[in-house]
Amino acid sequence: MGVFWWLSALTVLEIGVIYLPLAKLLIAILLVGLALSKAALVAMYFMHLKFERRTLALIAVTPMFLCVLLVFALLPDLSAVPHQSAASSPPPAAAKQ
Amino acid sequence: MSQVAVAHPGVEPAESPLTPESWGKLGMWMFLVGDAMSFGGLLAGYGALRFGSADWPVPADVLGIPLTALMTFLLICSSVTMVKALAAIKKGDQRGLRNFLLLTILAGLIFLGLQAYEWTHLIGEVLPEKGLTFTRHLFGTTFFVLTGFHGMHVSGGVIYLSCIVAQGVRGKYSRDRWEPVELVGLYWHFVDLVWILIFTFVYLI
Repeated sequence: MGVFWWLSALTVLEIGVIYLPLAKLLIAILLVGLALSKAALVAMYFMHLKFERRTLALIAVTPMFLCVLLVFALLPDLSAVPHQSAASSPPPAAAKQ
Repeated sequence: MSQVAVAHPGVEPAESPLTPESWGKLGMWMFLVGDAMSFGGLLAGYGALRFGSADWPVPADVLGIPLTALMTFLLICSSVTMVKALAAIKKGDQRGLRNFLLLTILAGLIFLGLQAYEWTHLIGEVLPEKGLTFTRHLFGTTFFVLTGFHGMHVSGGVIYLSCIVAQGVRGKYSRDRWEPVELVGLYWHFVDLVWILIFTFVYLI
């Protein structure tokens, strides 16, 4: 049942983090870290991944690698689009993200 | 191959150190991996669209964080009752199995009810006011696709759990036979895991 308290505490922490007076990027990194640790807790203890054979764990983390690859595949689009909008309407767009 | 099997009749072909103890478990995990890719694809698309947009709103200004924090907490609680249900039947406690599964279903139904309430509120009032509706702004589109896809998984999970409860009430599970309960648990925890990610990426960041 320790996992339940960890998950609850991390959720509260996540909600606290969004109100911290930090840079947006830093908050996003903190949130992603907290979310991934919560997901790992669920997978390892609730879904017993910690107590299974290693092959199953390898199967389970495959989509994570593929999703990271997917994000990298999409990166050119991410950087291209703001440039276009910055070119058509020069001043405000670039600074926001 | 058949010669080997004849020569070593005690060796069962399914017992490889590389595969899990049961094919049911491996099958459920393979399904979950594929499902994770669906969610991963949707989340990656969401990220690309969001960071490619110049006028993306701050989610906390549009969406109700306290309500969805409650929904997150509810799903975590339902994961705990799911763990308890499996622990009960592993001890041969059929009443415990039924009660904890029913609690899990109840939490899933309340979650769906809260989501329906949230959607009604958003579609009827908040999004039209801000010009962020499903057809008008990618914020609305990605929001409804992601939370809707997850909500369908919760609905499917509630139906799946109901089937398992029905089997449990008919006495199909016991101290020696509880694997289907473990499999429904895997699916349910996965739905919880995905919500944790959606809650962070769609509502908080």
